[in-house]
Amino acid sequence: MKVWVFAEATDDKVTTATLELLTKAREIGSEVEAIYSGSGDTAAIAATVGSYGATKLHTMDPGDGLPGQVAAAPIAALVGTDNPDVILFAQTYDGRDALGRLSVRLDKPVLTNGMSLSVDGDSLLFGTAIFGGVVLVDVKLKDAAPALIAIRPKSFAAEESGGSAAEVVPLPAADSGRAAEARVLARHVEEQQGPKLEEATVVVSGGRGIGAAENYEPLVEELAKLLKGAWGASRAIVDAGWVPYALQVGQTGKTVKPKLYIALGISGATQHLVGMKNSDNIVAVNKDGEAPIFSVADLGIVGDVHKVVPALIELLKAKS
Amino acid sequence: MNVAVCVKQIPDPAVPGSLSADHTLDRSGKLILDESDSYGVEMALQLVDAAGGGEVTLISMAPNEEVSGLRTALAMGAAKAILVSDPALAGSDALSTAKVLAKSIERAGDIDLVLAATESSDGYTGTVPAQIAQLLDWPALTFSKHVEIADGKVKVQRQTEAGYDEVEASLPAVVSVTAGVVEPRYPSFKGIMAAKNKPVDKVTASDLGLEASQVGWEGARQEITNVEQAPARQAGEKFEDDGTGAEKLVAFLEQLKVV
Repeated sequence: MKVWVFAEATDDKVTTATLELLTKAREIGSEVEAIYSGSGDTAAIAATVGSYGATKLHTMDPGDGLPGQVAAAPIAALVGTDNPDVILFAQTYDGRDALGRLSVRLDKPVLTNGMSLSVDGDSLLFGTAIFGGVVLVDVKLKDAAPALIAIRPKSFAAEESGGSAAEVVPLPAADSGRAAEARVLARHVEEQQGPKLEEATVVVSGGRGIGAAENYEPLVEELAKLLKGAWGASRAIVDAGWVPYALQVGQTGKTVKPKLYIALGISGATQHLVGMKNSDNIVAVNKDGEAPIFSVADLGIVGDVHKVVPALIELLKAKS
Repeated sequence: MNVAVCVKQIPDPAVPGSLSADHTLDRSGKLILDESDSYGVEMALQLVDAAGGGEVTLISMAPNEEVSGLRTALAMGAAKAILVSDPALAGSDALSTAKVLAKSIERAGDIDLVLAATESSDGYTGTVPAQIAQLLDWPALTFSKHVEIADGKVKVQRQTEAGYDEVEASLPAVVSVTAGVVEPRYPSFKGIMAAKNKPVDKVTASDLGLEASQVGWEGARQEITNVEQAPARQAGEKFEDDGTGAEKLVAFLEQLKVV
């Protein structure tokens, strides 16, 4: 089976989600190749994807176009000549852009939010979860290749294969049509201190129960910093504008799987549980004892975050 | 300026979801406007206002002739709706849905901008806006948290992993918006009354020139082989805070060796 992975990189560093996909691609496929649309250092990216099993890296520089969207036309052209069986995307912004456009170009259905993937005879078995992760659904694809599949980050472990750098080959030139008219005028990096949400060992998140935007820093951020962790948020307080969207943990935000997840003033809507319920350990503090978050918490404190958290911070500071 | 907003009527998320015998989402109960779509409706109303003319058209698809969610959006101020309702649409996947919506946008005619949520709250595929854009060969500005129109162009702040990008495209274009992009208005009493008489153009897949093989189960080209309950995570210990909550937390953190 020939498997392609739509690779993404931040600056010149290949994303963890991409490495997870490459590892899975090696497991289900005999040939693994990667595709990269971006302005990063292709030699560095080829070295990394190679060490995770890709033998070729098909590249294009999208300039100021949206990388996922302008890549769809050249990928479709390459599909026509190289006939892959599967193309894997991470369930990310650019991943979904590329996947959506490509599915129309190839007139192929998409499978999204994947959490498992395996080979059964000569067909692919795809697994996802619905209703906030409560119900698991297995799907068998009945269509001709290639299968277009998006996988939620953190679904698979990333393991190196020790392969050498992938051979860099340019993607074929192709007309992207009006997709190319979307132009990036400026890029803004919202500086985040501390570890990244997706990679932190400890994540502390705040929800509506923290009461007001100004309580986020002294309660959530402060505790996260003391535990050398990252800080996140529920959708409710992101929608309310208290914290940036980039901090959102949940179905529409980031998926995290830390050793310890601490939910402060978060009720635990399914939207949120999808993004964090596979954490190794979960702690919740909420004044509503009936809140659904307690059904997944290893330790639940029914109480006021405004009392419990400052007391906790004091105790931790006294210890250090 | 004329704006089309793709809206979905979904089972109330407050009620636990269930699957029908054919493994499609059970939509037999009351359907409501997906909250994610209320942001697009509000944004559309504001953009039309700012442009000083034009109207907002709702585009929706449902296997039955459900209109209650559409009435909510009409009550907010949308002028009219196209509802594609056809038993052949049951089981439609993201691509089939995009085909139906794109054809409906063509049917509405004279649309400058299509707004959609980044993903629905029940299916959450997150590819439909890009698929619609590709079907129409329009630019797509996805995952937008701020939208403005000036000089025949749309400019957005597009969410990225690291922050956001300012992205611009000429019209007509498709824009998908994140929740919270604007504060959706509550329908007024006057709006609710007016909504009852606003036109809803009910059409079938064949009215749009789509074959049954392109939509619904046939279009999805997949087979659900198994559905089962996920292993439940065991709830652990729960304590009422009697002043010792913080100490219990510290003990737990020490046990995990994170402190």
